[in-house]
Parts: sequence; C-alpha cells; structure tokens
Amino acid sequence: MSSEVLQAPLVLEYPFTRSTGPVIGAFLTGLREGLICGIRRADGTVLCPPQEYDPLTAEPLTELVEVGQTGEVLTWAWNGDPRPMQPFDRPFAWVLVRLDGADTPMLHAVFAASAAEMSTGMRVRVVWRAEREGHIADIAGFEPVRARKTA
Amino acid sequence: MIDVAVVAFAQRQEAAISGESEVEFMVPLMEQAKAAVGLTQSDMGFTCSGSSDFLAGQAFSFVMTIDGTGPVPPISESHVEQDGAWALYEAWVKIQCGGIDTAFVYGYGKSSPGSLRDVLATQMDPYYVCPLWPDSYAVEALAARLMLEGGHVSEHRLAEIAARSRASAASNPHAVRTESKSVAEILAEDYAVDPLRPSDLPAEADGGCAVVLAAGDRARELCERPAWIRGMDHRSDAHTLGVRDLTSSASARLAAHYAAAAGDKVDLAELHGPFTTSEHLLIEALGLDEDSTAINPSGGALAAHTMMASGLIRIGEAASRIWRGDGDRAVAHATSGPCLQQNLVCVLEGD
Repeated sequence: MSSEVLQAPLVLEYPFTRSTGPVIGAFLTGLREGLICGIRRADGTVLCPPQEYDPLTAEPLTELVEVGQTGEVLTWAWNGDPRPMQPFDRPFAWVLVRLDGADTPMLHAVFAASAAEMSTGMRVRVVWRAEREGHIADIAGFEPVRARKTA
Repeated sequence: MIDVAVVAFAQRQEAAISGESEVEFMVPLMEQAKAAVGLTQSDMGFTCSGSSDFLAGQAFSFVMTIDGTGPVPPISESHVEQDGAWALYEAWVKIQCGGIDTAFVYGYGKSSPGSLRDVLATQMDPYYVCPLWPDSYAVEALAARLMLEGGHVSEHRLAEIAARSRASAASNPHAVRTESKSVAEILAEDYAVDPLRPSDLPAEADGGCAVVLAAGDRARELCERPAWIRGMDHRSDAHTLGVRDLTSSASARLAAHYAAAAGDKVDLAELHGPFTTSEHLLIEALGLDEDSTAINPSGGALAAHTMMASGLIRIGEAASRIWRGDGDRAVAHATSGPCLQQNLVCVLEGD
C-alpha cells in the first residue's frame, strides 16, 4: 500500500443566517455605537457580555445596563504565537477582563509588548476599531491604563 | 438496576495516523474488541458511537463508521457528538431499559489534519468568544493562572503531575508522550502559553477505541472477571466562562457524588485531564487520595489525547486493570468542553 496521503480541497460552509435576538443583538448593536452593555441578574449583579437567560439559574433576563469601558484583568495568558484569525498579529495577552459596572468577566485580548507588562489586577481600557459593524471584534482589544489617579 | 459490566476493550492511539481514514482504522479495532469475547455484530443488542462530524469535516461522517461495524441485518444504533464515554452512558441506559444484554460502544477522532487547539475555539460561545479564536491552550492557561495566583496549585505540583504521567506512560504502548522527564527538567521548560509549559499540555493523538458491555450472567459467560459498572453520572457546568469558578470543577464533584465514587477505597483512577491543571482539579473534585489510589496508571490524556475517545479509553483502561486483578475498585472519568465544562464519572468494580 502506498504511504502517499491523498489530498483534496474541502471548503466548510455554514450557509445559514441567524438572528442574534433581543439581548445579544442589543449588545452587538451597542458595540457598533461604541458602548458596552451588560444585563442585570435577579441577584442584582450584572452579567457582561449579556445573555438572554441566566447561565446558572436559567431565569430570563431583560434589564440591559451600560457598563464602563475600563476594567480589571482577572487573569491572563500570554500568546506568543498569534494565528491569523486572532485579534492581533503580534504577541498579545488573552485576558478575562471585568469591566467597571459588571460583575462577570469577558474574554478578550490586551495589547502589550511582552508578558512582563501584564499582571493580574491591572487596569485596561477598550480600544475600538475605527469601523464597526456590530461584532465582538468591534472591540479591537484592550490597552493597559497607565497609572493615573481619578477623582 | 441491571448489573452491567465492561467485558472487552481495544484501542489504538498514535501521534498521527496519516495513511488511513477513521473508518479504515476503526474496523480492525471494532473486530478486535468483539473477537475478544467471541461476539459478532449481530450479537449486539445495541450499538452506540461517539465522534465528531465537525472534526471530520463531513456531515454524517459517523454513518460510514457504522457501516464498518457490519450492520447487516439492520442494527439498533445511536450516535453522540461527544466523547465515546457518553456513548457508553447511553448504552448503559439502554441496557437498563431491558430487553438486551449486550451493547457495543466505540469512539474515535482524527485531529492531526488540522490544528486541534484552534479547532476547539469553535466550541466556545459563537457570538462573544469564538470569533476571537482563543485556542484551547490559551483558555486553559487563563484558568491555570487563576489557580496558580490564587494558591490553589503550584507550578511544582503541576510539574509533578506531568512527570508522573510520563513515567506511567513509559509502559503504555498506546501512549505518545513517553519520554521521561524530572520535575526539575519540566520546570526548566520555556512556557508554551504562559503560565503553561509544554509538559502541561495534552499529547494530541489520532485513534479510537471499542468496548463491549454485557449484563448479568451474560457478562460472567464472556469475561472471567467482569468490570461491573457500580455507579455512573454526568454533569455540566455553564457554557459561559465568566460565571464559572475556574479554580474548581463543580460538575465533576457532582458527577462523582452521584456515581458514589468515594463510597469505598479506590485502587486506581483513570482521569481524563487534558492538562496538568485539569488533573489536579479532578483529583480534588473526585476526593481521591494519591497515597492509596494509583492515578492514571496509563499516563492519562497528558500522554495521549485522542479527541472523542480519550474519555472512553479511560473507562477501558480502568476495566482492563480490573480484569487483570491490578485492582478491585476503579474510578474512570471523561471530560468535554473548555476547562472541564462537562464531566462523567464511572465507578468500576471486580467481584
């Protein structure tokens, strides 16, 4: 038997259109407008990004609230080998970032020159893409907030 | 409850099986498992498989593998888009429903044609997470830092887990990462995805496995010392990473509780921990004592991680050791999803 591997092109397609609905749709529309929203849960905490149903209790959620555009890095991982579909073409950090006014973190990217610039608890700020279309990548990523006192 | 046992098991795992399709490498494995107990496909009351059409890149790819079982005359079968351990669960439930006393279960995956760590980004939230393509190593690394900085585990402890896996895998012909390394050597590795080192990551493999289940007296006819399933349960955590405590595994703890894993001594445990961090969390969640329980005598998923089969292989490895008398009571575990999102626990005992 030949050990040569036969190869042929294969194009994977997902030829469907999905509606994003009243909550995810609102979040994505907000991104297009340059604002970020979460949603209030029964216990008063704010889930961001928002979901239509509470992931833990399955209760329907409806009260959208705007959250801040700065936040705190709860954990990070250094990606020294970025790949084409990822948010940045140079090494960057993956993070779970909790935005001000939210109680849960979202996964995104922080643009930092090296792992040495990263630390848990650091403050970061949203970097918006210039042209936005209502997509999670409208947030290009986050950048470190240099130490600066706020009133 | 109807007593059900694992009575046969066959597996194959290699770093890359490049010259054969999934069907081609599964047919001999399926025959091997059935032949071990002298059964043919027509003897099986039910057949259930676990595989991923998504990974195969072809809708209903699993149907071709069903053809490979020799389903003539027509058979009663089902498929789960899950690790084969969940197919075994379905077969176990089917036997509990009565009317059959045998079942055939298999799971398989061939991930080497692509980059599995990147493909696994597609199991994340399709609106908020997947479009950023965070790979599976990165997502686990986020959890790992929470564990390390929160004092839940140390890098030294993770290196010990990695070193143990390598040492155990040396005697496993199906393992693909078998090179011995000391804790110091592992700690000297450069980070792969800071804070995870190469030895913290799964050794990806292609392959599959096949298992025969039998009930009651039929199991005793087929196997000198059947590995009886004394408890089995599976649970899931939320899909949304942000609401989970990634420093523990709530669903593994629940599954272990309902499978009564801690009810008696545990001689050995086969844990489907793709990462050293996952193995550490599982030992805690399942309440295992490393002084009295042999953890992953096969080397575990760190030594060979075959997508869609690694969990079922854990059950097969644990059952094999009960057949051989290496232990009387074993806990086998399977996982799926990011950061141990879904967990299945199966307790096996010999007479």
